[in-house]
Amino acid sequence: MKRGSVIANMDWITVLLYLIMIVLGWLNIYSAVYSDSTSELLDLSHRQGKQFLWMISSIIIATIILIIDHKFYDFFAYAFYGMAILLLLIVLLVGKEINGAKSWIILGGLQIQPSELAKPAVAIALARYLSGFNLKINKFKTYFISAIIILSPSLLIILQPDTGSAIVFFVFILVVFREGFPISFLLISISLIVLFLLSLIFEKVIILGIITILSIFSAGIVLRSFKKMMLSALIIAGNLFVFWGIDSQAGLESGNLRIGILSLGFSSIIFLIVILKSRLRSAGIILGFGIMAIFYVFTVDFAFNNILDSYQQRRINIMLDLESDPHGAGYNLAQSKIAIGSGGLSGKGYLNGTQTKLNFVPEQSTDFIFCTVGEEWGFIGSSIVILLFVFLLLRLVKLAERQRSKFARIYGYGVVSILFFHFFVNIGMTIGMFPVIGIPLPFFSYGGSSLWAFTILLFILLRLDASRMEHIN
Amino acid sequence: MNSYVDRKYIIIILILLSALLFITKLFYMQIIDDRYKLSAESNSRRDVIIYPARGLVYDRNQNLLVSNQAAYDIMVIPRQMESFDTIELCRLLGIERQDFDERIKKAKEYSYYVPSVFMKQVPAEISSVFSEKLFLYNGFYLQSRTLRKYPKNIASHVLGYVGEVSKKDVENSDYYVSGDYIGISGIEKTYEEVLRGEKGHKYYMVDVHNRITGEWEAGRFDEQSVLGTNITLTIDNELQEYGEKLMRSFSGSIVAIEPGTGEILSLVSAPSFPPDLLVGRGLSANYNKLATDTLNPVFNRAVAASYPPGSTFKIINGLISLEEGVSSPSTGFYCDLGYYYRGIHVGCHSHDSPLDLVGAIQNSCNAYFCNILGRILEDKKFGRTDSAYVNWKNHVESFGFGNRLGTDISGELKGFVPEPAYYDRYYGVGHWNFLTVLSLAIGQGELGITPLQMANMTAAISNRGYYFVPHLIKEYGNGSEINENFLSKHYTSIDSSLFEIVVDGMDLVVNGGKGSTARIAKMNDLIICGKTGTAENPFGEDHSIFVAFAPKDDPKIAIAAYVENVGFGSSWAAPIASLMIEKYLTREVTRSWLETYILNGPQLDKEEIE
Repeated sequence: MKRGSVIANMDWITVLLYLIMIVLGWLNIYSAVYSDSTSELLDLSHRQGKQFLWMISSIIIATIILIIDHKFYDFFAYAFYGMAILLLLIVLLVGKEINGAKSWIILGGLQIQPSELAKPAVAIALARYLSGFNLKINKFKTYFISAIIILSPSLLIILQPDTGSAIVFFVFILVVFREGFPISFLLISISLIVLFLLSLIFEKVIILGIITILSIFSAGIVLRSFKKMMLSALIIAGNLFVFWGIDSQAGLESGNLRIGILSLGFSSIIFLIVILKSRLRSAGIILGFGIMAIFYVFTVDFAFNNILDSYQQRRINIMLDLESDPHGAGYNLAQSKIAIGSGGLSGKGYLNGTQTKLNFVPEQSTDFIFCTVGEEWGFIGSSIVILLFVFLLLRLVKLAERQRSKFARIYGYGVVSILFFHFFVNIGMTIGMFPVIGIPLPFFSYGGSSLWAFTILLFILLRLDASRMEHIN
Repeated sequence: MNSYVDRKYIIIILILLSALLFITKLFYMQIIDDRYKLSAESNSRRDVIIYPARGLVYDRNQNLLVSNQAAYDIMVIPRQMESFDTIELCRLLGIERQDFDERIKKAKEYSYYVPSVFMKQVPAEISSVFSEKLFLYNGFYLQSRTLRKYPKNIASHVLGYVGEVSKKDVENSDYYVSGDYIGISGIEKTYEEVLRGEKGHKYYMVDVHNRITGEWEAGRFDEQSVLGTNITLTIDNELQEYGEKLMRSFSGSIVAIEPGTGEILSLVSAPSFPPDLLVGRGLSANYNKLATDTLNPVFNRAVAASYPPGSTFKIINGLISLEEGVSSPSTGFYCDLGYYYRGIHVGCHSHDSPLDLVGAIQNSCNAYFCNILGRILEDKKFGRTDSAYVNWKNHVESFGFGNRLGTDISGELKGFVPEPAYYDRYYGVGHWNFLTVLSLAIGQGELGITPLQMANMTAAISNRGYYFVPHLIKEYGNGSEINENFLSKHYTSIDSSLFEIVVDGMDLVVNGGKGSTARIAKMNDLIICGKTGTAENPFGEDHSIFVAFAPKDDPKIAIAAYVENVGFGSSWAAPIASLMIEKYLTREVTRSWLETYILNGPQLDKEEIE
């Protein structure tokens, strides 16, 4: 009766989408490595053959997951998490270095990437924690422990160092947001990213100006006073004029940036006095945020130059068009854009891509698989792939929302967030909208560990979903 | 209970917005923007690397030492090959069918889509015929390359050679790809980045018949190549050629420096080889032949061989004794056919006795320098021998010994001036004194010095106390890009007023008549100052050494000649150095009897000349 109910209650739409995607991925991997000398689709010495083995093993894993009782995942959630952390520690000790990062554990002929397996582990552990009995969601302790669950694996992965995979974990902010963490967490993280990119593109003076103008406007809106807004603008302008005057009279040539900071600092003191006197609490908050934003902008430079690796700096620079280097770090990206662009409406046809083959790069079948899709299947094909992802993601949101147990719902959003992040960042980088962050496109990219990880992620949700009726609220 | 359920809409909106963003961008890239599209009739793009001509190399008088010659590589893209008359192609290229098959197989193993070299550096007569018939052979094309050419065919050790990049070069650099050329030794290596220029890329559209139909994307993605920069060396090509000629029957080295600038006028390492052996298709075969030659012609003795300096080193000890005040120029020491002390005996030849410093240099008296080394190392003001030794060593090193000078060709050796710890290890701390290290007095024992360092020492003496780091680069580019280190004076630790005394001694070595050890080097209207040396060689006949500079009061050339296994310094090295000086300062050699003697080499009996 129980097994029958799993089959009967399975969300077959999701299973079908999953199967379509892995088969399409496999066909595209074959095309990406295709040349006259590699003929067989099932040739095990080539990537398409190996991917076939990964697909078969993934389906076996999926079946096992479906057979196991759904309570198992809830019960052993922390054990999974502990195992993932252990693997991440082990890989730092005995891992094999590939492309400058210690990301792989070699077991016989098997290569495992623990950072991939950490994704389902975090999703399940976070779900377990946040679904805890009597847990108060909006307490500092809850924020803190959630942050530890999410960020510990991320930190260990940075040590490998594999910044791309480490960044993925930040997407769990969507999960905790859905569960009721303050919206400001989401807004602040988004604005930090935007400000980070802006401060790399524009001169500091311009950013300073933008922050100042935004602060003045928001102060005006919050205080509902056009007069006060104009007055504060006038104070800043006056200060600017005075300091600029002193500077040019004394011939100091201290530069616009220093004059700007000096006048803003001076104006802030005036504002602070006014705010304290008239008890304008909301204006004080805005002033605080403005000053913090300016500090942040200055730390970005430091972080960019001292924390990021030079290849990451270059990738960001290339994405922001600050560095033109078609044969260096931007080579993959330039070739990828040419390949996709040359696809046209309907593409060059399966196995007929020339760009992707002429400029064969190792990432072709892994992180840049989408450019094979773009070149050979054209706008129609790539749109279909994007729509497939949208369909899958929306389906998973629906699945998550229909869960009766909190655990299953939170886990469901974990799955949605991870898949969404991979989809968003991978395609975004392939078409040149984001910096090149080496993370795979789910179900499409070549690679066993990632396919296994996404399969595990998805099928645990399907298993939980199949038993959703057993929960009585 | 689920109070935040509305937030799901924000997540849904995020998903939909990102999809919309991507589809819009893809619509723009794939449908609207035709920048990326290949036109319908063009089947593929061909990336032709434009190799810029390498910079030319001139000598100090603007004579061309290295230029370029054209050659072509035949490239193949296996995917584009279509059936053709293989026999005819083999006949055209002069290769066997089997060879042809192997080359194609290798190219296919590399890649079907990426061009690989089918045949390297094809001679012009073959490539011109082949280029006319190219339309018959789809998938093949010619890539122009430049090879080095040596109009004078001299100075192989200075110039070095150019060859294909190694796997390691490719891995360690963003610039090189397999098949590129790179300077492998000599100035070709040191000034690689100056000489090579920057590769360019030209993208063509190619139709199914392998014909170029035009520029791809109107040349938008092309990258211009940048020509290599020409460089001017400090070498004097006539002097270099003459030096190589003089050393034809010897092993050893000649290094000549302009003392006022540190510019290397000639740098000869013998045996040598013509540089054009290491060009083009014969490179690896010829290199293997040279590398396995027992006389080791590829070894650059001028910078990489470490020899004992022999008696030439007595000048340095003399200077140190004056600087430390342990003896004065007029202090005399007796010599009774050598030096005797506590059972130690260092032999000497017969000459007047006692001798002062000038006389001791003129006669190269061993006893004199053994005595002053004793005074230097047992100097009471240092208390212990090892402290005095460290002080002595510092003086020696201020002449550029014991460390790399930092010249601009690679492979330079440090040479060897022992640390006190070296003797401590052998004899135990406190268990050695000046008698233990007595051979340092006459430039024997553990000392190891390269011919370049010896020439540099001579330059420092001729300058009365300073030297410039010897170098080969005179100028390139806009003329101001020379290593700063080459342009600054390096002072020795000896007071400059003391040099005049030893210079007088060196004058007498050549021009002093009776008792002078290098009378053979004398010239009639030019004062050459020199010092002979004979280094004991445990493996065979002694090495013949001579250092010299001229003219005495306005030195234009400082030279060191080191000739292996031929005996006394006076017999071979001194005439060689003297002829080099004459050649450089007067541009012609009048002492043809001396020249003939050298050119005939050591098979002549020594007595004939003396």
